[in-house]
Amino acid sequence: MPVLLATDVLIWLLVAAVAAFAWHSRRRPHLAAPWARVFRSRAAVASAVLLGAFVGVGLLDSLHYRPRLPAANPAEPAAYAVEVRSALDAALTPLRTRLEKTYSAPLATRLFQKETVERPDGTTIREFPRLAHGGAHLGDEADRGGDVALRALAGLAGATVLWALLVLAGRRTLVRRWPRVPWGAAAATVGAILALAGPAAALATGYHVLGTNQVGQDVLYQALKSIRTSLVIGTLTTLVLLPLGIAAGVAAGYFRGWVDDAIQYLYTTLNSIPGVLLIAAAVLMIQVLIDTHPDTFQTAAQRADMRLLALCAILGLTSWTGLARLLRGESLKLSELEYIQAAHAFGVSHTRILARHILPNVAHIVIISLVLDFSGFVLAEAVLSYVGVGVDPSTISFGTMINAARLEMAREPMVWWSLAAAFCFMFTLVLAANLFADAVRDGFDPRVRV
Amino acid sequence: MLAYIVRRTLYAIPILVGINLITFALFFLVNTPDDVARMQLGVKRVTPEAIQKWKAEHGYDRPLLWNGTAPGAGKFTDTLFFRKSVKLFVLDFGSAEADNRDIASEIRARMGPSLALAIPVFLVGLAVNITFALGMAFFRATYLDFWGVILCVAMMSISSLFYIIGGQFLISKLWHLVPISGYAGGLDAVKFLVLPVLIGVVGGIGAGSRWYRTLFLEEMGKDYVRTARAKGLAESAVLFRHVLQNALIPILTGVVVVIPLLFMGSLITESFFGIPGLGSYTIDAIQAQDFAVVRAMVFIGSVLYIVGLLLTDISYTLVDPRVRLA
Repeated sequence: MPVLLATDVLIWLLVAAVAAFAWHSRRRPHLAAPWARVFRSRAAVASAVLLGAFVGVGLLDSLHYRPRLPAANPAEPAAYAVEVRSALDAALTPLRTRLEKTYSAPLATRLFQKETVERPDGTTIREFPRLAHGGAHLGDEADRGGDVALRALAGLAGATVLWALLVLAGRRTLVRRWPRVPWGAAAATVGAILALAGPAAALATGYHVLGTNQVGQDVLYQALKSIRTSLVIGTLTTLVLLPLGIAAGVAAGYFRGWVDDAIQYLYTTLNSIPGVLLIAAAVLMIQVLIDTHPDTFQTAAQRADMRLLALCAILGLTSWTGLARLLRGESLKLSELEYIQAAHAFGVSHTRILARHILPNVAHIVIISLVLDFSGFVLAEAVLSYVGVGVDPSTISFGTMINAARLEMAREPMVWWSLAAAFCFMFTLVLAANLFADAVRDGFDPRVRV
Repeated sequence: MLAYIVRRTLYAIPILVGINLITFALFFLVNTPDDVARMQLGVKRVTPEAIQKWKAEHGYDRPLLWNGTAPGAGKFTDTLFFRKSVKLFVLDFGSAEADNRDIASEIRARMGPSLALAIPVFLVGLAVNITFALGMAFFRATYLDFWGVILCVAMMSISSLFYIIGGQFLISKLWHLVPISGYAGGLDAVKFLVLPVLIGVVGGIGAGSRWYRTLFLEEMGKDYVRTARAKGLAESAVLFRHVLQNALIPILTGVVVVIPLLFMGSLITESFFGIPGLGSYTIDAIQAQDFAVVRAMVFIGSVLYIVGLLLTDISYTLVDPRVRLA
């Protein structure tokens, strides 16, 4: 039975909106030209491919359903499990279901902690027991090195074949269509992603590639699940931020007078409140609201989802002021220009002037600040989750992963893989977003154009 | 000048009132004190009597905005709005909900450690960032600049949590140079503060240097720079004597406003390193859902921000003779 979580609906709406916007700008040179400029930079193409991979995982994780329970009697109406799963969960079933008892190192065959094990002859011994799943197919543990190398090589070979096919297919289609895009960078990035993903996938069939965490869950699975949370925070926040920021900023700059005063007062006031504290206060309040009304939500997933959505809304409500200030300045400048004066003289209505003359001319600021904000929100999620006002503790996110792994550094010997995995995934995502944002800014900012 | 300061201070009043209303709405209208009491007492086993008792103990047993039963001015003053929100204006913060300790004295005691961490981070960070940015501007359009910017973007992309965890691991755990966390009064504090300060500075380099570099490059595109070069000044003289001084105005806009906020301490760093400052106080309050403390900190933070805005305007007159405040 398909389940539509609130964030899923919004994500797919956002995807549809982006697609519609892309289709709309395809034939309009003033909208298409900046994007063409963006995609002439190698860094932009490479980071776009990386972001695309992340978005792909995130979208796969946004198709939710409740699995059908095996019916005892075929005549009965089908019953569905309470647990909500996503398409990604289904694809990663082996990773999700093969739980260990507790920590195990990446590619390990034995548990990280000693346990008392009973031997066949009745005596007990304290040792590192074999893992239930990681390397369980090995008869002799000494074969592990060879087995790992063999699987990694097989994965690499598969990845190479796939990469060659993709490059060939791309040559015939993409390269012909857009010859000026530096496709070499794209091919290299795809190659790098496949070179990591191929061996990881091949090894994941028999081992825990990135180890397991305290409750024995696979760290790779957690890292992949975190991607969706980050993307939701980074993108859905803009759904709240955009309307507020655009409406307030453009109205203040265009109408001036008391409208300007009122909006300036509003955003100075909101800006004065320290950001983290305002977010914390709002999240605490939402938390109380959710806790005191437990019956509104059917499943735990829905409750966690609502909190994620609330976090996005709160982040959006507290961060529209920056965009509004930029847009106010720009619309102040624009409304002085002669063509706007001429429009006034012809008796064009305010709404029409705003829609046809002001908005299209501030669009570049909106796009630049959207892309620039994304990485900020992803980083903010981790900090907020650490403070305890981020996502629901049951939601898998980089913040909750770091938070759980914080104490592991103090262990002796140290448990490093959870943190390392969160670091690598998060760093790659944010770095790609930052590089892409830089390219977008260079492509869209009229001042940079030479 | 004085007239300007007075006028700006008066401007701040409506903003403070607005902040007060927002926090009041957030803390009392979204959730009633009953909800909060239920939260503090534990949702499961809670009786109406227990809620009433908690509310009476913490002064929440009053109407929100208008007390019809009270005599005289009490109609307005004997309400939650007056007792919990208006009193913030005279810096009467009341006591914490969790342990009933006086918030004001707690804040006074914790200000020192916060400043001991925040001021070095601020000053050293500023110096390091400007130095790096000047270096990149000096070597602009070379490989040094290119890789410098890449390094900045990479450093920006690392979450502040990782800087702290990585620093603690490398310097305290692996090299045993300084204690991993804790605090002591007097000069002993230095050994506890070295690492957090270092991490604070390193964590800020990415975003900071890149921002200052943009400012410097923007300034270097201006006509007076071309004139200075045309009359044969050395590049270093152009950079240090002309560009640096003129770039001070945009730098001040970003820098002065945060100076008063240094009092608030840094939330994450303090709680990771166990420094008993205002940042860790706030975090503890958030985690214990102690709304009285959070409310007080929101108000103090806002006041400090407004003070920062005022200081920014005043500092303009000091660096830019063209700006006259009247």
